[in-house]
Amino acid sequence: MAAQTLFEKIWESHVVRAEPDGTTLLYVDRQLVHEVTSPQAFEGLKLSGRRPRRPGATLAVPDHNVPTTDRTLGIADPLSAKQIRTLEENCRDFGITLFGMNDIRQGVVHIIGPEQGFTLPGTTIVCGDSHTSTHGAFGALAFGIGTSEVEHVLATQCLVQKRPKNMEVRVDGMLSELCSAKDVILAIIGKIGTAGGTGYVIEYTGSAIRALSMEGRMTLCNMSIEGGARAGMVAPDEKTVAYIKGRPLAPKEELFEQAVQAWQQLKTDSNATYDMTVTMRAEDIAPQVSWGTNPGMVTGIDQRVPDPRTITDENQRQATERALEYMGLIPNMPMTDIKIDTVFIGSCTNSRIEDLRLAANLAKGKSVATGVRAMVVPGSGLVKQQAEQEGLDRLFKEAGFEWREAGCSMCLAMNADVLQPGERCASTSNRNFEGRQGAGGRTHLVSPAMAVAAAVEGHFVDIRTWT
Amino acid sequence: MQAFTIMTGLVAPLDRVNVDTDQIIPKQFLKTIKRTGLREGLFYDWRKQKDGSQDPAFFLNQPRFQGATILLTRDNFGCGSSREHAPWALLDQGFRCVIASSFADIFYNNCFQNGMLPVVLKADEVLAMMKGVLATPGYQLTVDLGSQTVTAPDGTRSHFEIDPFRKDCLYRGLDAIGLTLQHEAAIAAYETRRKAEAPWLFTDLRPNPGRA
Repeated sequence: MAAQTLFEKIWESHVVRAEPDGTTLLYVDRQLVHEVTSPQAFEGLKLSGRRPRRPGATLAVPDHNVPTTDRTLGIADPLSAKQIRTLEENCRDFGITLFGMNDIRQGVVHIIGPEQGFTLPGTTIVCGDSHTSTHGAFGALAFGIGTSEVEHVLATQCLVQKRPKNMEVRVDGMLSELCSAKDVILAIIGKIGTAGGTGYVIEYTGSAIRALSMEGRMTLCNMSIEGGARAGMVAPDEKTVAYIKGRPLAPKEELFEQAVQAWQQLKTDSNATYDMTVTMRAEDIAPQVSWGTNPGMVTGIDQRVPDPRTITDENQRQATERALEYMGLIPNMPMTDIKIDTVFIGSCTNSRIEDLRLAANLAKGKSVATGVRAMVVPGSGLVKQQAEQEGLDRLFKEAGFEWREAGCSMCLAMNADVLQPGERCASTSNRNFEGRQGAGGRTHLVSPAMAVAAAVEGHFVDIRTWT
Repeated sequence: MQAFTIMTGLVAPLDRVNVDTDQIIPKQFLKTIKRTGLREGLFYDWRKQKDGSQDPAFFLNQPRFQGATILLTRDNFGCGSSREHAPWALLDQGFRCVIASSFADIFYNNCFQNGMLPVVLKADEVLAMMKGVLATPGYQLTVDLGSQTVTAPDGTRSHFEIDPFRKDCLYRGLDAIGLTLQHEAAIAAYETRRKAEAPWLFTDLRPNPGRA
């Protein structure tokens, strides 16, 4: 058999049939569903009298609209409440498992998939959410789809797809202390641009990627879409197997052993080729901070805000000027001079237990700067519970951070957690688009460690030299 | 789904790169459970000035672009979130076609699900059309899916690529799910074969599988 990449192996094992032009009917092993992108899909099923083909391959959870404050009070916004009620009704009508708002297992859809053992190597996983790329950390082909396709998968367990190209992003070497997966992916997007991965599935390779924990790999794959790639993946290894073993929805006993054997084949053959390869040295990656209005507008903490006058490309210069105006930044100012008034630690990018452990230990014995509002939103009810058992909530609260219930929260501000116009936020989330965290709000994407340091100092600092 | 064959329509210009779906329709409009009525949210923040009033300079607020059915824009249109509310909002405003020098993958795909045609042209072709729109009131283009061409008022014709399968589905307005269901036997055969290879993928994940 010809040498294949990891992506090619997963793709080929899911082809149901192909049209003459290469358009493929691709089998979908698993689908995750949330309240925002599913109501019209369920409505479509009802209108056409169709039923889900495999309700037992689907898992639903409300996350985008849920309050992160006391949930016994219900949801103040009637539209949000209705959307969540609609999800509950649809799951009941169609026999789909739902982790409701008051279930301890509720959380951000891309946190709970891996946490429950729903996410497995070698699978195809979709969700009506672009950050579905997160699940690629397990060596799955996972990507975001629109609502019509959510309906399509519910009805047929398949999707019509054209095979994407395959890009290798190779990062070798050792990251410096307190540089994280978040800094790696921001640096990659800074290098390839927000459309650099359009049309590709990325496989992340190299010693620096192998060295990442499963949590770190999830952070990495999560933001593949911010580089334009619908999916990103890391080949499974012993860390992957150890992470999955014993989780509630993971295969058990003999089935697990059988699965592990199959997963060992899930790696790119040594003589396989990619359509494109990008390489980076881990040593060259400084802690990253975004300065603009898309995730490609990012630089190292030891750098300065770019000067549009030095940019020769007309489109780029205009986009930079517009971004700096929106962000209220002055060309050439050091990144460390940027003052912030809000800190958000959370989102499907950085709200796992490992993120919270690191952040809490950096916050230990320190205080959030005067005038700064800082909040921590765990990725799931189980992450929250674990953090509380370890006493992390106490460390955060003693330092002046708010400790919230699980959900998407201020990553996209669909619930009550919103930036006011002009507010400037150090955020561990994934998008710094205009108005993303609230109309007129200004977002700087950073790692959890950088967010804690910014909360304490009131401006960005280089975590490598912060004491 | 509505078929798309050929259309001639007024063109509206959005002369920006990297327009993300958060700009096309901000989050507060995603709380709906319907596909319709999303026009109100289209470019909601960009339509307004800092004081909250409508910005007369924004293209959607200009009388000359009222009734436009073709949106002309630049690189990487529709990047970011997968929200299908973005094409729904454009459709609700009357746009059936978006022409750009490139699109983000998910948005591009979502257009086809809704009888909308995303057309990729070369950057210099888009630039020439952009100049034409800005200089010429009433500037129209003819988009012909059959011949895969866009024709400008001066007769200049630009060719675009599209997958034959997608083209056929859009041209005939086919129901994508219905089409897949015609391959029920192939899907069932795949499941049988795959279940033998990888049985752990076919465990029913519901707590009480029998009940639904």
